[in-house]
Amino acid sequence: MPIQPKKKNSRRRRYKKYNSAIRRRWILVIFLIVIIILFWRAIDLQINSSHFLQSQGQKRHIGIEKIIVHRGMLMDRNGEPLAISTPIQSVWVNPKQFVENKSQWGKLAGLLDIELVALEKLLINRMQREFVYVKRHISPFIAAEVKELKLSGVFLQREYRRYYPTKEMSAHLLGFTNIDDQGQEGLELGLNNFLTGISGVRQVIKNKYGKVIAYVKNISLPRPGQDIRLSIDRRLQYWTYQELKTAVLRAKATAGSAIILDIKTGEVLAMTNQPDYNPNNRRELKSDHYRNRVITDVFEPGSTIKPFTIIAALTSGKYIPTSRIDTRPGILKLGKHIIRDSRNYGVIDLATVIRKSSNVGASKIALSLSAEQLWNNLTKFGFGKISGSGFPGEVAGSLMNFQQWNKARQGTIGYGYGINMTILQLARAYAAIGNQGILPPISFFPTEAVQGQQIIRKEIAAQTMQMLEAVVTNGTGTLAQVKGFRVAGKTGTVRKYITGKYVGENHLALFVGIVPASAPRLVMVVLIDSPHRGSYYGGKIAAPVFSKVMTNVLRVLNISPDDY
Amino acid sequence: MQNNWPQRKPLIFIDKYLFFSLVLLSCVGLIILYSASNQNTSLILRQIVRLLIGFIIMLSIAQMNLQKIISWIPWIYLIGVILLALVLIIGDSSKGAQRWLNLGLFRFQPSELMKITLPLMLAWYIGNKPLPPTYTRLLLAIIMIVIPVVLIFKEPDLGTSLLIASSGVFVILLAGMNWRLIASFVAVIVAFIPILWFYIMHEYQQNRVLTFLNPESDPLGAGYHIIQSKIAIGSGGLYGKGWLKGTQSQLQFLPERTTDFIFAVYSEEFGLMGILFLLMIYFFILTKGLYVALHAQDSFSRLLVGSLILTFFVYIFVNISMVTGLLPVVGLPLPLISYGGTSIVTLMAGFGLIMSVHTHRRFLSY
Repeated sequence: MPIQPKKKNSRRRRYKKYNSAIRRRWILVIFLIVIIILFWRAIDLQINSSHFLQSQGQKRHIGIEKIIVHRGMLMDRNGEPLAISTPIQSVWVNPKQFVENKSQWGKLAGLLDIELVALEKLLINRMQREFVYVKRHISPFIAAEVKELKLSGVFLQREYRRYYPTKEMSAHLLGFTNIDDQGQEGLELGLNNFLTGISGVRQVIKNKYGKVIAYVKNISLPRPGQDIRLSIDRRLQYWTYQELKTAVLRAKATAGSAIILDIKTGEVLAMTNQPDYNPNNRRELKSDHYRNRVITDVFEPGSTIKPFTIIAALTSGKYIPTSRIDTRPGILKLGKHIIRDSRNYGVIDLATVIRKSSNVGASKIALSLSAEQLWNNLTKFGFGKISGSGFPGEVAGSLMNFQQWNKARQGTIGYGYGINMTILQLARAYAAIGNQGILPPISFFPTEAVQGQQIIRKEIAAQTMQMLEAVVTNGTGTLAQVKGFRVAGKTGTVRKYITGKYVGENHLALFVGIVPASAPRLVMVVLIDSPHRGSYYGGKIAAPVFSKVMTNVLRVLNISPDDY
Repeated sequence: MQNNWPQRKPLIFIDKYLFFSLVLLSCVGLIILYSASNQNTSLILRQIVRLLIGFIIMLSIAQMNLQKIISWIPWIYLIGVILLALVLIIGDSSKGAQRWLNLGLFRFQPSELMKITLPLMLAWYIGNKPLPPTYTRLLLAIIMIVIPVVLIFKEPDLGTSLLIASSGVFVILLAGMNWRLIASFVAVIVAFIPILWFYIMHEYQQNRVLTFLNPESDPLGAGYHIIQSKIAIGSGGLYGKGWLKGTQSQLQFLPERTTDFIFAVYSEEFGLMGILFLLMIYFFILTKGLYVALHAQDSFSRLLVGSLILTFFVYIFVNISMVTGLLPVVGLPLPLISYGGTSIVTLMAGFGLIMSVHTHRRFLSY
């Protein structure tokens, strides 16, 4: 068998060629090389590129977040809150994350009371964003339920919502803010820069889904909005609001306004309008409801301008209070215009012109003066000029320059037509009469001593006060009397000028009162626009509002009654 | 098989170096898993249970004398192949792959069994005849590899099928293939790459490779994993950010934190020093395995241990390379560190076999 050894031999040869020990040493070397490669790679990443990679990492998780601050509070002069910010939750989602559990969308939509279709539409179009508000300013109960759902990608954000405890009462004065807490109307708009705080910025650590995990540090400190005290007195505001609303409703009037000023300081103590609205729920708000008519609407003052005509006459030196005017026959033709009195008053003195509110008398006096004298006098009282109250949307009214006047205009201006103004301007001008001829600046904030400008002589102011007092004691304004106090005032019933003509049925009923007449403290203007039931005379429907309001006001302000 | 040499009869067959280094590795794994899972204790408990099962299986297998069960091996292999075929017919599918057999009480993944079975089968088949094997036996061995690999590939499970194929190839390589044969084999594979690219790979697979080559081309999509992983590792620096303090992982920027990418979490929190420590444990286990292979008393044991230890090495190499951006992303866990069920048990079973080989030596050769 020669083949067998050969076979064995060949096998042995092959066996010899195979040296397992060497091969295993090779394997050991490969292990070592690979481990070194892996370790080298780790060095490459962790030492050589570590700065770059660390900064890349920080870009991903270090973020910046706004620290939201609350808006400043508005208070009345005694520190009672008028507008406050309360924390409230808003719901937002990260669509990229929220899309992962689409089955949950219905739950959220149901809880927030929105259509699922609307939610889908909202989010599908914003899939690339990381922040989408779903619903803002939800009730705390719903916020708690949303939190309870624990949906990934759904977050709550704290915001502030404005709340007005005095509701309709001060709605026009305060205005309101939008959903982003920015003032839109009224003092909220006018004082927006002070009320809005400066939100701070802080560095935060966020996770992949944008959720804040921890705070690192503040980059800039937040500054909450300033709290502001207004000159308004909440109690005065309340009575004014109540009585005006009652009068407007009773007379079926379309609108109404009232204002109370402190005669000495020019502080606005109360300011209210009808129709009103609830600033806490503005869902069905019509734009003509939120106008602060006291400041933004102008009207022709009618008879309430007559004291200023008288003052111009007294200032000119041509007249003294006892000067007599012939108003016969109670009618005066002035170009196209026919000026009438309600009856023929005959020959009367200046006081009677005011007391009886004689249109003919006032026109005749106006015509007897130079146009410049009349215009100068009206301008001094602030007519045709912005009062400088700073209230947004304040208008100046219009007083045409005397050079453009004709006789007819001069005559009609004398009894309050062909000139217009705001209630604020009218109240301020009367305040000057009550304030011994010093025109106070208008202020919405509590002020102490005020430097007003002496615009007429003291005696003339005193003489005019006497005439105005007679209006209430024994003239057109008897309904304005306040028990225990002397009141000076003037009524006005103005035919309303609508788009180019005076419409017979539409009137403005006006009353301006100063109290107490012995040592004037307050001036109040009441305007009732287009009364449609009962009387439309200012003396009949505006004057009683003054009386009712002041009865309460004088008591709480602790003003001592006059000796009657 | 009787011999008269005195035998050391230990109470329990255990290799204490291997055992303690595996325990150490598992502890490191649990510590970093606690951090990676955002302190999810129930997840940690599940992992502890798995590790305990793994250790029990390892120690049980270590008590067996492999020489006594050697005749069962072909049958085990046959059952393994049948189970793999069954998976394709009646298996449970999840995430688009059919990998599981539902046995009523629990689900079972036959491809994991094959990770152990194939090295056993090949080591037995090649090792029971003188080495190196003849070409006929080599061909048969290759067929034995191809059958389960194709069945697993069909599930589809590319990662596992490649891993099993390599464990088989390791047996053949260790059996002493001609260097020239190895070289030509490698040449064929290299030549095959363009064909693979243009005719076999799907577009998404091509994209995966392209993304690997330039991850920044699609930072939010396909490249996201690898970019985040590199950032996390790089953020660690020399000493790391400290346990539970890795921002990229704790803030969930890093994907697959508890499983395939756990190495990135580890690197971010423990830094280069931590990596050095981990690699040293791995290297110790590998050299210990190699030592066992070197001192095995027969070809079967030697080939078996060699194949198992090389497979373990492939796990480590592929996972860390993938996480550090040296290789494209293929889903392989980091052995004994990553969270995950069956692979731990299989790995421990493999170590059980290694221990058994080592502790059941007869001291004839000394």
